[in-house]
Amino acid sequence: MKDRTNEQWLAGLRGAGQDEAVSDLRVVLLRVLRAGLGSRRKGISDAAIEDFAQEALMKILDNLDSFRGESRFTTWAQKIAMRVAFTALRRRRWRDVSLQEILSRYEATNMETREMSDPAPPPDEAATRQVMLENVWRMISEELTERQREALVAVMLNGMPLEEAARRMDTNRNALYKLLHDARKKLKKRLIKEGISSQDVLAVFGDG
Amino acid sequence: MLDRDELNKLMRALAETREDEIGCDECLERVDLFVEMKLSGLDATEAMPLVQEHLDICGDCREEFEALLAALRTAEGSRVGWRSVFGATSRLWRRMRGGSSR
Repeated sequence: MKDRTNEQWLAGLRGAGQDEAVSDLRVVLLRVLRAGLGSRRKGISDAAIEDFAQEALMKILDNLDSFRGESRFTTWAQKIAMRVAFTALRRRRWRDVSLQEILSRYEATNMETREMSDPAPPPDEAATRQVMLENVWRMISEELTERQREALVAVMLNGMPLEEAARRMDTNRNALYKLLHDARKKLKKRLIKEGISSQDVLAVFGDG
Repeated sequence: MLDRDELNKLMRALAETREDEIGCDECLERVDLFVEMKLSGLDATEAMPLVQEHLDICGDCREEFEALLAALRTAEGSRVGWRSVFGATSRLWRRMRGGSSR
């Protein structure tokens, strides 16, 4: 495969020699996907990686005009391939997890029961912790909208990828990030208003 | 409704929360340059602090960034290749430090 400048890649992918450039770009994408997926490759077939590369190739060809030339063309293309692959892998990994199931645990679970599952602290400390947990949950309930609470529980507390939570909430990853950013800002302001810093809370609960 | 681990996760996230943060789309737009700066041995965090902050908070973007960085680091012949882009990236970095570094 020949080395190309950014301009040569763009000209090749748009021009008469498109087949050769597309074929070379596919090789570049396959290489980065195989190396980047690393240990995750267990259970991912070569056919799946070929599919990721093909889907990425289509996206890249459709979006050539958005390449701003600040990086190498291949790095720009490879980041798109990585996003395509991880999007598919997350969907596969989380396909059996329902957002409603996660949320219902928070509606149904009794706070004392959850706190008791922690190693038992001394009585005074336990009381302080209990008050803190109740206060923070109250702030979440009072400050956040229902969608913000859902996103916070799914993504920040249960580790659901933004992409997957967004899909279940009929939005997109960027919009969900911004929704959560607003939620975090609201909670941070409320804590400050109540004279509590997140560091204070972490000190009470240790680094658990 | 929360347990201790969840509260810790939440508090750590709040401690990292800034008034102005970029979203996933802006991070994706800039992450290729961010990766190249890392590969060239430049201080990407200093040059692009909003990208670094986003990667610290957003697990999805961090996962993709780390995979891309690892792949390019291990790619055959990458050392030679990255030296060749070092000059261009250095110039861009200096320009960003002098002006709109974010």
